Amino acid sequence: MILTRKIFGKISLKLIGVVSATAILIIGVYSYFNIKSRSDVLLSEMKRHANQLSESVKNSTHNLMLLNQRDLIREVVNRIGKDPTIDNVRILNKDGEIIYSAHKDDIGKMLDKKAESCYVCHAENKPLEKLPISDRFRIFQAHPDSSSILGIINPIYNEKSCSDAECHAHSPNAKVLGVLDVKMSLADVEEQIRQDKIRELLFALIAISSIGFIIIFFVKRWVDHPVRELVNATDQVAAGNLNYVIKNLSTDELGTLGKSFNNMIKKLDETSQQLYQSTKMASLGRLAAGVAHEINNPLTGVLTYSSFLLKRTKDNPQMQEDLNVIVRETMRSREIVKGLLDFARQSAPKKSLIDLNDIIKHAIAVINNQLKLNKVILVKELDLSLPKITADSNQIQQVFLNLFVNGIDAVGQNGGTLTIKTSPISLSPRGIIQIKNAVCAKTHSLIDTEHKIGGMPSLRTKIKSNSNEGFVNIDPVYGSHRHYFGIAYDKNSSVNLVCPVCDISFLDKNSKCPKCGGPIYKIQIPNQGFIEGCASFKDDWQKWDFVDRAGERKFIEINVTDTGCGIPPENLNKIFEPFFTTKGQRGTGLGLSVIWGIIDNHNGSITVESKVGVGTTFSVRLPQNDVLRNI
Amino acid sequence: MKEQTNILIIDDEEVVISSITKIATSEGYLVNSVLDAYSAFQKISSSKYDLIICDIMLSGMDGFQFLAELESKRIDTPVIMTTGYSTIENAVKSLYTGAIEFIPKPFTVDEMISVIRRGIKYSSLMKLKRTNDDSVILVPCPAKYFRLGYSAWMNKDHDGSVLIGATDSFIKTIDQIKKIELLNTNETLTQATPAVKFETEDGLIHQLYSVISGIVFARNERLLKEPELLEKDPYFNGWIYRIVPTELEYEMKLLIPCSSDRS
Repeated sequence: MILTRKIFGKISLKLIGVVSATAILIIGVYSYFNIKSRSDVLLSEMKRHANQLSESVKNSTHNLMLLNQRDLIREVVNRIGKDPTIDNVRILNKDGEIIYSAHKDDIGKMLDKKAESCYVCHAENKPLEKLPISDRFRIFQAHPDSSSILGIINPIYNEKSCSDAECHAHSPNAKVLGVLDVKMSLADVEEQIRQDKIRELLFALIAISSIGFIIIFFVKRWVDHPVRELVNATDQVAAGNLNYVIKNLSTDELGTLGKSFNNMIKKLDETSQQLYQSTKMASLGRLAAGVAHEINNPLTGVLTYSSFLLKRTKDNPQMQEDLNVIVRETMRSREIVKGLLDFARQSAPKKSLIDLNDIIKHAIAVINNQLKLNKVILVKELDLSLPKITADSNQIQQVFLNLFVNGIDAVGQNGGTLTIKTSPISLSPRGIIQIKNAVCAKTHSLIDTEHKIGGMPSLRTKIKSNSNEGFVNIDPVYGSHRHYFGIAYDKNSSVNLVCPVCDISFLDKNSKCPKCGGPIYKIQIPNQGFIEGCASFKDDWQKWDFVDRAGERKFIEINVTDTGCGIPPENLNKIFEPFFTTKGQRGTGLGLSVIWGIIDNHNGSITVESKVGVGTTFSVRLPQNDVLRNI
Repeated sequence: MKEQTNILIIDDEEVVISSITKIATSEGYLVNSVLDAYSAFQKISSSKYDLIICDIMLSGMDGFQFLAELESKRIDTPVIMTTGYSTIENAVKSLYTGAIEFIPKPFTVDEMISVIRRGIKYSSLMKLKRTNDDSVILVPCPAKYFRLGYSAWMNKDHDGSVLIGATDSFIKTIDQIKKIELLNTNETLTQATPAVKFETEDGLIHQLYSVISGIVFARNERLLKEPELLEKDPYFNGWIYRIVPTELEYEMKLLIPCSSDRS
């Protein structure tokens, strides 16, 4: 039952079954009628031939009969009877006595009226006097397993010449004088029909099976494989593999289905990633809050009591020194916990002018012991002419401490080098500077915190094209074009970009887009000039004079390179996620995600390059002159 | 002989209670402590307190509910809020719902002493005010100003920038100012986080919270030379920072309008 359901439950087998059954039916019916008509033709040909023969015998014996030359008649009958296709030739008289026969033993035997040769005419009490040609034939088998025999009865009618003949054998009153009975063997014909049947059957079998195989081949190729691939993909996705992609897509409907399946999985993957990330962030926030609350209480005790001890031991410099370490480190713990809370709510860092080289030196002092223990050689390539930058020294120190400790961990017990390099670099403002404020001529803010692009609030504008209108969220990063189009519109038709609040137009009638010649928009950035761009978004032309005039952005780049185990490529994009750790029990998985948050809060960036077995380089870029001053 | 000053501590952590007790007694104050807000009301009803130091995360009735309950019972003992969950939201909410100060855990001894001293001073100022003692005149902040707690004010200027400063009551709760430490221009201020450091003659360091978040556009350089300007004219010439606000609309909702002080 299950097996049948399994077999007939498959669409390909159903299809193959239906097509094969139809082929069998059509070819079967065709073959049946073909064989039937061919055997009919053969048989009628045989009958015609037999009739001719019968007539010939009758005619050739006619004169001999009149002359009453019985020996000659016997001779004729014998000779004809020798033909292999002829079974027997007999002449019977009116009473049923066999007068002549090719089989000598038959001569003189009497035939009953019920004998097959006589029955045609003698079925009724009164015998037929005339027998139509079509009724003269009969087919019968002498024995059940012998071949069929075609018999033809040719009645010999009385003629004037018969009764007038010298022998006076027949009276003039008789209507029928006797019967010429010719029996022909149908063995050849039957053999031919049999061969025809075999040939036809063979043909039918070949045709049906080749149709079957062709159907199986194409159904497998066009239906079975893609469907199996789809089912496999669905299983993979159900099992949680959202990176699965269906390959070798055809151009037919199943291919389209596969394509939209791939697309769906891609979207699902993105959304689940985002959901995953935000859930993780939310749980991290709760965790941080709980940890902060729990740790801050004991820290209060440590801080208070050690401070009191400090006051009480003013005359003991040795003790004072030790207690100062406790107070200092407790204060550091306080900042770390605060950083944890800050990360959970991504608050603004407490910035002051700091010297990065100093911060790095402090961080190195902390890890010095670990360096020695792990036989790690430290290479410092610090650019001593680095300008000071505005940053939160505590947070930045935490960043470097984390990166150094990670580097040492990566090197492991076998020793290696850790290189720390600082250098000033310049980068084009495009793709870096964020538009944080934008207004229309009536000072309505365009900043849309609801719709973020790349994690930053976008610029919400309204686009009007023909009778169509909808919102366009402009990418807040200068020179970046991840705009979000709320409506579909014809980029070649005339468009108008307006303020979503007051409908005032942003189009600058006096200039044209230098790339496409179309209209341009000009949006005011308070205190920082105007940003211009192609209003139909046909091309990526964008200009922000205020920022361009300031020239390239200056950053300080800090590279932390280790000769450690490296990070496998599949982990590279995960390392900045909260709770991602490869250190098992030893790590919390918070380090790099906190680092990322801190660097991001400083308008900086952090990137990583790694080769398994060769080493890893983390590159941190921090803006040199506070970006806030310009932006 | 000065009258004894009583402080009530409400915290569910023994180590925090013992820490604050140690600090407060070292300053010569009398200290009582309870582990939850319900017991606090029993204490308050039986004896008089000059100052209450209350944790936010308490089992049963939390710190904010405690503040509301105090107000409904018309108990005007000043309250200092503290919490281990030291977020800006908690700080702002504490000050908005009637606490006079917010001090995040873990605090240093000096930080706690400064806050308690200000609290006690504030408490006595309020007592004098109620008895209509003429020796104390608190200059109220102008009606169109807004304040964060009792200590800092802000005033929106016509050009969109915001002036912030210290209230007269804050100046009066601290000793003679010896030195003022200001942030630099272009530095970022966050609402309810320290913005100004005052070093006073008694050796304490007092931190004034920023009223709103923004970027320092200008600072009153005159204050560095003449700190007494703050005492003479706290609301006009004694302004501290002119800032470009970043989240004015949202943050203004968490401030107390000074016009409400004149009823």
